Amino acid sequence: MKMQYGFPIIVGLAIFIGLLTAPFAVGTMTKTYKQPELKLPANEKKCIESTEFMRTEHMQLLNEWRDWALRDGKRIYTNHEGKEFVISLQNTCMKCHNNKADFCDKCHDDAGVSPYCWDCHIQPEGLK
Amino acid sequence: MNALYSLLFVFLLVLIPLFGVDAAHMRTFFGVCVPTTAFIIFLIGFVYKVIIWGRSAVPFRIPTTGGQFRSYDPELFKQNKLDCPQTGAQTFFRMALEVLAFRSLFRNTRVSLYQGKDYPVVAYKSSKWLWVFAITFHYSFFIIALRHLRLFLEPVPFFVNGLDFVDGLLQIGAPVMYLTNVGLVLGVLLLLGRRLVLPRINYISYVSDYFPLFLILAIALSGIYMRYYAKVDVIAIKELTMGLVTFSYTVPETIAAPFFVHVFLVSCLMVYFPFSKLMHMPGVFLSPTRNLPNDTRAKHHVNPWNDPNIKAHAYADYEKQFGVPMAEAGLPLDNPENGKAPAEEEA
Amino acid sequence: MSDIPKADELFKSIDYNPPTTGWMETPVDFSPGHWCYPAKPEKIEYMDSKLPGLWGPAREWLPSNDDWKLPPNWKEIVVNGFRERLKKFRTLQVYMDICVRCGACADKCHYFIGSGDPKNMPVLRAELMRSVYRGEFTLAGKILGNLTGSRVMEEDVLKEWFIYFYQCTQCRRCSLYCPYGIDTAEMTMMARELMHLVGLNTNWIMEPVANCNITGNHLGIQPHAFKDIVDFMVDDIEEVTGRKVKAPLNEHGHEILFITPSGDVFADPGIYTFMGYLLLFDYLDLDYTLSTYASEGGNFGSFTNNEVMKKLNAKMYAEAERLGCKWILGGECGHMWRVVHQYMDTMNGENQWSGMTTPKSPITGTVFETSAATKMLHITEFTSDLIKHNKLKLDPSRNDHLRVTFHDSCNPARGMGLLEEPRYVLKHVCNNYFEMPEGTTREQTFCCAGGAGLNTDEIMEIRLRGGLPRGNALRYVQEKHGVNLMACICAIDRATLIPLADYWAPGVGISGVHELVANALVLEEGEVRTMDMRQEPLPGFEDEDDDWTPPNMEDA
Repeated sequence: MKMQYGFPIIVGLAIFIGLLTAPFAVGTMTKTYKQPELKLPANEKKCIESTEFMRTEHMQLLNEWRDWALRDGKRIYTNHEGKEFVISLQNTCMKCHNNKADFCDKCHDDAGVSPYCWDCHIQPEGLK
Repeated sequence: MNALYSLLFVFLLVLIPLFGVDAAHMRTFFGVCVPTTAFIIFLIGFVYKVIIWGRSAVPFRIPTTGGQFRSYDPELFKQNKLDCPQTGAQTFFRMALEVLAFRSLFRNTRVSLYQGKDYPVVAYKSSKWLWVFAITFHYSFFIIALRHLRLFLEPVPFFVNGLDFVDGLLQIGAPVMYLTNVGLVLGVLLLLGRRLVLPRINYISYVSDYFPLFLILAIALSGIYMRYYAKVDVIAIKELTMGLVTFSYTVPETIAAPFFVHVFLVSCLMVYFPFSKLMHMPGVFLSPTRNLPNDTRAKHHVNPWNDPNIKAHAYADYEKQFGVPMAEAGLPLDNPENGKAPAEEEA
Repeated sequence: MSDIPKADELFKSIDYNPPTTGWMETPVDFSPGHWCYPAKPEKIEYMDSKLPGLWGPAREWLPSNDDWKLPPNWKEIVVNGFRERLKKFRTLQVYMDICVRCGACADKCHYFIGSGDPKNMPVLRAELMRSVYRGEFTLAGKILGNLTGSRVMEEDVLKEWFIYFYQCTQCRRCSLYCPYGIDTAEMTMMARELMHLVGLNTNWIMEPVANCNITGNHLGIQPHAFKDIVDFMVDDIEEVTGRKVKAPLNEHGHEILFITPSGDVFADPGIYTFMGYLLLFDYLDLDYTLSTYASEGGNFGSFTNNEVMKKLNAKMYAEAERLGCKWILGGECGHMWRVVHQYMDTMNGENQWSGMTTPKSPITGTVFETSAATKMLHITEFTSDLIKHNKLKLDPSRNDHLRVTFHDSCNPARGMGLLEEPRYVLKHVCNNYFEMPEGTTREQTFCCAGGAGLNTDEIMEIRLRGGLPRGNALRYVQEKHGVNLMACICAIDRATLIPLADYWAPGVGISGVHELVANALVLEEGEVRTMDMRQEPLPGFEDEDDDWTPPNMEDA
C-alpha cells in the first residue's frame, strides 16, 4: 500500500488508536475489577437513612447539613422515619464511620471523586 | 424542517434503549454488546477512512500562505513563521495552532453593507463568535471524554483526578457542577442556535448537520441527568465499564435505565462518526493547504503520477512554423533553413 | 455594458437573504450574461491533437440552449473522472469528506459579497460537487439521500457546475478562513477538469491555451509581431528618457531568461510595466534575453487541467535550455507565480538543464536560496534586493503626482506569501503610499474578480459584482487619502481592475509596480524627465507638451 506522507499518517493513527485502546491494555494487565467492599461499622446496623438513600443522596445530604448547620444554625435533622439526629459530620457520621480509608475512600477513589469535606474538617484516622 | 427531522430521530434513539431495557430486559445487549460493537465500528471505520485519504496522492504542495513567506533577506522582510511556514518545524507549529486553537477560525470576519455618507460601504468586522462557540464546545467535549477515563482505569490516574478537581473548581452543589458540562451544553446550543437562526447557515444545513448536534446534546443531557438527578450507582457502572475493557463482562442489577440511554446514544455517535462530517477531526491533520511547508520553490517535491510524456510544444516545430517571418524580422534562428521561404508554394 | 445597472443601484440590489427554495431546487439562470462563450471547435480540435482524450467533442454549442450536445456517455465519463481524481488529489478526497458547513467561508467570497447568490458561498459552491460525491460514492449518501444533501450526477447538476465553477476565480480567500483549510480553488480546478472531459469549456480560456501552445503567448502574437511591439516600446522609452534601451530577443548565451505575462506586451497599462522592465535591465546592463517562444508567463493551462498546465509551463525550462540561460527571472503576474511557486518544479523540475543554477543577482551578488529548486526569481525580489543594496538611483518625487495604493494579487498573496517585497519597492519609488483598509489587503486581499479565466466582457456584471469588495476598499482610500493610482503585480489585474475602478472608484488608475520604478529611476546624474512612462507630462512640464510632435512622426 503506497501512501504519500504515509509515515506521519500511520504514526498519528497508531497514537490515536493506542490511546483509545490503552484502557484495554491496562485493564487486561490488571485483574478483573470488582466493586469495593466497604467496612461497615461494627456496632451499628442502621444509618440515619436507608442504605439506598444514603448510597445515592449522601453527598447532597452532607451539603445540606453544612448549609443548615453553619448558615441557618439549624442543628437537628429529622429523618424519613421521624427520628432526630444532631447535624454533625464529626459527631454523628464519624461516630460510626470512623475510618475514612476503609469507608469513604473505597468508592471515592474508584469513582475518581474527591469531595472537599476535609478542606475544613479534620480528617479522621486512616488517612494514609 | 431538517432540524425537526434530526430532533425526532434522536428522540427515537432515546426510546430504543428505554424500551429495550425496561420492557425487553435486554440489559446485556445494551450494556455490553452495543457499546463494544459500536467501538469496533468506530475504530475500523475511522482507520479505514484515514487510510483512504492517505492513499490519495498529494501531487502538489499548495499551502495557503497566510503571511509573508521566507524572503531572501529574512531580516528586512520578516517571515510570518506560523501562518506561512517554510520548514517542517514551522509547519508543525502552524498545525498545532490550527488543531489546538482553531487559528483559521480565529481570523473570521463578518461582512456588512451600508450606505455611507457619500458612497456605499462594504465593512468587515472581526467576528469571533463562531470561534468562541467552537472552542467552548470542543474543549468541553474533550475534557469530558478524558474525565470518563475514571470509569475505564483502575486506579484512576492522577491527571483524571486533576481534571475532575479543576473542572469542579467552583464547588457548586453536590455532586459538584462541572464547568465542562455547562460548556458542552452551552456550546451545542449555541452551534445549534446559529444554524437555526442565521438565514445563511440555516440554508446550508442538512439533517446530517443537525443530527450530530442533537445527538451530542442528548448525550450531554442524559449524562447530566444521571449525575445530578438520577444519581446512578457509579461504582456499579464502573464494574460494567471495567468489564468492557477487561473482557469480563458483567451488568450489575443496580444500574438504572438512564445509563443505558446514555451508552446507547454514545454508541450511535461512535457508529455515526466515521461516515460523517465528524471526520473533520482527523481530516484537519490531512489538509494539504495547511500541513505542508511553503517551500516548493526551494525544494523539489515529487508528484507520484507526474506524466513525463507531457512535453512542451517543441521549439523546432515553432521555428519551422514561423521561421520565415522570424528571419525577416531579424530574429535569430537555430536552423537557418527554416528562414527560407518554401519554394514550391507558388508553383 | 449598457444594460449594467449604475453602481449605486447594483449595490442596493444585493440581498444576503437566501431564497425560500432549497438550493438544490432553486433553478439556475442560463440567460446570456451568466456564462462565458464556449470554445470555438477548432481550438478544441487543436488541443485534442496535442493532448488527446481530455476535451470531449469539439462542437458548436451555447449554454442558453437546452441541448448542450454532450457526448452520450457523459455521465460515465464524469463519474469515472471524479473517481480517478479522488485518488489523484488528496485535497479533493479530504475536502469532499470533512466540510462541516460551519459557514465561516460564506461571506469571504467576493462573488458572494457582490451578488448575495448563495451558490457563490464557497461552502455551497463546493457542495455542488460534494452532493454528487456523497450520492455517487458514499454508502451513507446512497442510502440516506437528501437527508445528507446527496444527489446523483444529472444533466442539470453538470449545467449548474458550468455556471458556478466559472464564477470562481480560484483566489483561495475562503481557504484562508476555513478551519480545515478547504480550498475551493481545488474544487474549481477539479470540476473544470471534469467538465473539459465532456466538452464544457470557455473560449476565453481555450483560445489563449491554444495560442500559448502555438505562438508562446496567449494573444497569439507571432514572433515577428512580438518583435515589432518590443521595438515600438523601445522607441517609446527613448521618447520618455532619451535612452535607447537594448531588448534582446531569442538570443543564445545570456545568463538570465526573462519571462513575463504577454498581457504586458499588448495592453495598456501593462505595456508601461514592460517598458519599466526594459529600462531597468538596460540601466543595470543585465545579461538577459527575452523569448518569443516562451513569451507567456501566465499559465492558462492552470484554468483548465493539470496536463495543459504542465505542457505550457514546460516551455520555460525548455527555452532556458535552448538559449543556455542559467536562471529565469519572472515578471509581475498573479497566477503565473502560483504555478511557478507551487507547481513548476514539481511538474517540470526534472527537465531543467544541467547548467541551471540558483538565481544570483549579478549586480548585488545575492544568492536567492529560496528559489534554489525552481531557479526562478520574482522581479520584485530582484528589484527590492537592488534597492536594498543601493544599486538604483531613485527619484521618488517623479511620482509625486501619484497617490498610490497597492493591490495584493490573490496568487502571490495566498499561494506564495510575497507581501513585503512589492511594498518595499513601491515605498522607495513613490512618496505617497497608502494601504487599503485592513481585511482587504495582504493575505486577506480581494480578487479583481477576473482571474482564472473570467476576464471576459460577456460576464461583465458578474465581474463588477465580484469587484465590489476591492472596488469599495479602493474607494475608501480614494476618499480618505486622495489615492489616484492602484499598483499591482499581476497582468490580469492590470486588465480587469480598470473597468472595476471605473465602476466602483472612478478616477483611480491602474499600474504595475515597475512602471513606477521606471518613472523614478535616475538613469544618469542630473537626468531631467518631463513626462512619465505614459508620456503624460510631469507636474511643471505641462506646457511643453502642447505643440510637441513625436520624433518618429516628423517625416510622415
